[in-house]
Amino acid sequence: MSSTKTGPGGQAHGSVKEYVTGLILSIVLTVIPFYLVMTGTGSDTFVVVTIVAAAIAQVLVQMVFFLHMNGSSKQTWLTVSAVYALFILLFVIVGSMWIFEHLNHNMLMGH
Amino acid sequence: MTALTNDHDIHDHDDHHHHEAEAADRYVFGFWLYIISDCLLFSTLFATYAVMGQSFANGIMPGELFDLSFVAVETALLLLSSFTFGMAMLGANVENMAKTKFWLIITAILGLGFLGMEIYEFVHFSHEGATPQTSGYWTSFYSLVATHGLHVTAGLIWMFFLFIHFNRDGFSNENKIRLACLSLFWHFLDIIWICVFSFVYLRGAM
Amino acid sequence: MVQTDLIKDPHVLTGKLHWGVIPFHDPVVAPVMFAAILGGLMLVAFVTYKKLWGYLWEEWFTSVDHKKIGIMYCIVALVMLVRGFSDAIMMRTHQALSTSDTFGQGYLPPEHYDQIFTAHGVIMIFFVATPLMIGIMNVIMPLQIGARDVAYPFLNSLSFYLFLVGALLVNISLFVGEFAAVGWLAYTPLSGIEYSPGVGVDYWIWALQISGIGTTLTAVNFVATILKMRAPGMTMMKMPVFTWTTFCANVIALVIFPILTVAIAQLTLDRYLDFNFFTNHNGGNQMMWVNLIWAWGHPEVYFLVLPAFGMISEVTATFSRKRLFGYVSLIWATIAIMLLSFLVWLHHFFTMGSGASVNAFFGIMTMIIGIPTGVKLYNWIFTMYKGRVELTASMWWVIAMLITFTVGGMTGVMLSIPANDFVLHNSMFVPAHFHNVIIGGAVYGYFAGFTYWFPKATGVKLNETLGKWSVALWFFGYFFAWVPLYYTGFDGMTRRLQYIDNPEWQMSMYIALIGVAMIAGGIGTQVFNIAWSLYKRNDPQYKDVTGDPWDGHTLEWYTTSPPQFYNFGDVPYIKDRDPLLDMKQEGIAYKRPEKYSRIHMPKNTWAGPVLGLLTLPMGFGFVWHIWWMVIASVVAIFACWVKLNFERDKDYYVEVPEVEGIEGEFLKSNAGRSYYFEKNAKYYKKWKPTDQNDSTVVAK
Repeated sequence: MSSTKTGPGGQAHGSVKEYVTGLILSIVLTVIPFYLVMTGTGSDTFVVVTIVAAAIAQVLVQMVFFLHMNGSSKQTWLTVSAVYALFILLFVIVGSMWIFEHLNHNMLMGH
Repeated sequence: MTALTNDHDIHDHDDHHHHEAEAADRYVFGFWLYIISDCLLFSTLFATYAVMGQSFANGIMPGELFDLSFVAVETALLLLSSFTFGMAMLGANVENMAKTKFWLIITAILGLGFLGMEIYEFVHFSHEGATPQTSGYWTSFYSLVATHGLHVTAGLIWMFFLFIHFNRDGFSNENKIRLACLSLFWHFLDIIWICVFSFVYLRGAM
Repeated sequence: MVQTDLIKDPHVLTGKLHWGVIPFHDPVVAPVMFAAILGGLMLVAFVTYKKLWGYLWEEWFTSVDHKKIGIMYCIVALVMLVRGFSDAIMMRTHQALSTSDTFGQGYLPPEHYDQIFTAHGVIMIFFVATPLMIGIMNVIMPLQIGARDVAYPFLNSLSFYLFLVGALLVNISLFVGEFAAVGWLAYTPLSGIEYSPGVGVDYWIWALQISGIGTTLTAVNFVATILKMRAPGMTMMKMPVFTWTTFCANVIALVIFPILTVAIAQLTLDRYLDFNFFTNHNGGNQMMWVNLIWAWGHPEVYFLVLPAFGMISEVTATFSRKRLFGYVSLIWATIAIMLLSFLVWLHHFFTMGSGASVNAFFGIMTMIIGIPTGVKLYNWIFTMYKGRVELTASMWWVIAMLITFTVGGMTGVMLSIPANDFVLHNSMFVPAHFHNVIIGGAVYGYFAGFTYWFPKATGVKLNETLGKWSVALWFFGYFFAWVPLYYTGFDGMTRRLQYIDNPEWQMSMYIALIGVAMIAGGIGTQVFNIAWSLYKRNDPQYKDVTGDPWDGHTLEWYTTSPPQFYNFGDVPYIKDRDPLLDMKQEGIAYKRPEKYSRIHMPKNTWAGPVLGLLTLPMGFGFVWHIWWMVIASVVAIFACWVKLNFERDKDYYVEVPEVEGIEGEFLKSNAGRSYYFEKNAKYYKKWKPTDQNDSTVVAK
């Protein structure tokens, strides 16, 4: 990371260059999935995978370039808590989806 | 100023700056913890949306209503506002009040535009027969998207009060803490929106 | 007639309220109500007569001192314990009477009985266990890490009042209207507007929503306190075990309470605005409620029990006159439990029908979580092994806990097998199991901690004999009350039965009634013990002048009892996991530091009580659909929030001469303290201090 100064909470300060890079990357990662869905290009599986990949990539871009998370030792607890939140979030969302997919299958609901 | 833990005021004598830095560190970190808990709040709403995503109950389908170019404009507004907030932060780093306020006003205008579009969309959908009472799907759709919208509203109200604070005390330590927290909040809302447009609108329109 | 009209079409001014909702004619509730009103009036009269309002407002209600907030939490928790336990007595007596030929069908009508078991569960979990634990954490955790207060003192005060409003709403429901009759977790669709059109579920919703937000704020507060405000030198792996378990518990709470908030908000939308989250029609999904409430509810159990494990650890180490056995393994076991607790929630509804692979996964995860819990039991047993165990009342609680909790853990492993659940689900076996772990694990742990730290919080030691009596009554009472119910559960008796038609279970119900009477004796002894010991507070046998009555290991014993408002005159540099023990061994404990520094402290604030209590009319207005009251409260809350935001002058400094004066007096008056240490010193010598250059430090 270009900046060495850190702000409160272990956050690093940004620079114009960082914000512009973040913005450009975000625009690219937004345009790709929108383009695919609006023009109907590619198979359904391909489009879904691209949407998910672009979303994850853009979240990461924003965390690095806008929130200035860089995993440095000054941000240990920011990083640890973000990874922790990510795990719990996945447990809740993926767990619920998995449970209900099986429930719906067994109870002959929908599908 | 670091995120180290041992630098609180026990052995600090009259070091006012040290005390201020410690307070800033502590408050922004606490706000970050709040963001973590807010993150789980949204993930619960996403989980509900994922589970109820097919519960149309013979009501109107999302694919019939979603207008992706409309959503693209909403997305552009919010994404740009995240960038402009960054510009405001750069202004605050060098304590340039005019610059900070200018970019904050731009951010607020973009945020208001986003909110206006969202309200317009909700009214439009309701007229087309998609209300939260229509089906499980629309219940989960509205609760998820509107919770995000309510957060944006809260952010705008916060921005308004921050302006009054800036006029009163300028770049005081407390105001810097407020700005840093609001910045976290605003970028966080942008990240949530990325998930909303990807998993709700793009997926729903397919 | 009037009532049904009001439910459909609430009045503008009074909503659904009318005189009929106040139970003047109920033979059980009416006397309680009049007694409560009379008692309340007498209390107000007493406080007014003694001119105590100013004192209470200045010193307690507006205080942001973590110790005072903690004590207020504990007081409310103990009051609610009596309330929740009287529900338990009513259930046991009712079930005992409803099986016999002589008494016929008991004395409680179904709608009343259903409210009682709902209120009992809600009160015991949300308004007894949670606040008792948060209260003890509040008093002790900042002291253990050498902090002057929590990270956000005002937020702490606000959390308390939000919790208090929840407790008040539950109690108001007893006298105005009704409480929910749907079980403590209000399963849908029963709790939906279609099947529960009354205000009972709305009371449940707002009581839990408001107090739940308070708990989320507490979690933010405590996590930040532990990560940001530790004494110099205290790395993560030098933190006391109770602080570690407090940390892990609040890390759990931080991410689960938002789930509860959302789930309750969804139910609220269903009930108030006809949304379709959990309805029977329009694509609602009732099982999603069960899924979400347990995604919160299971980690919640660990949120409750982890701090109890921490308390057990502190008490065991102190009274075994040894350092804790296997500190590192205990910490990692705690972290493992913290993470695994998020992966077991489906075991509460194995019978839902999500199939073999899902059930197998959650069943196995449930068995796995038993392993780190077992590790802890061995930690405590090995700490006692070859120690000089001093059987004080708090140690009695520890031993009661070890036995009872082990039994509960084993029945838990039985329930973790999905196939067993198809027999035992919803049977009396399940309440028997969870009372076994919650009473045996959490409650006994809290009481051990309560007895151990009571002198620290109040400056008064509890009576040991009375304390041991209450352990004995609780311990045997528990087994009398619940072993028969394990049996009837196996025999097919379902939970929440208002009428029992099987004469074979009659004897079990009688034995259980004896058990509940014994526990009542235990609670009575405890309440009397607190009152008696406080009454005798100046008696040398009860008064704690040293600040360190048990020869403790950790920093909370390094200051006066009760501690000064600033906690420590001087915070030492921490070199050891048992910092006070280390300082005693080096002979540097309780010595005057070279010089004192001025101390930075937060000022008291009106905002906690005012902002917090304003949510009471808001919740009440929502319950009864009195919209003007809701709007007025929300506007008032917002206005107060804005006013608070623009206030300056929120802190002050305690200057050096004042600190010197107070500390000098303390150091002069504590000549007695070395006695305890010399008596025990020889036992500690063979245990080397922990490694100074700890390589297992998680982070700085």
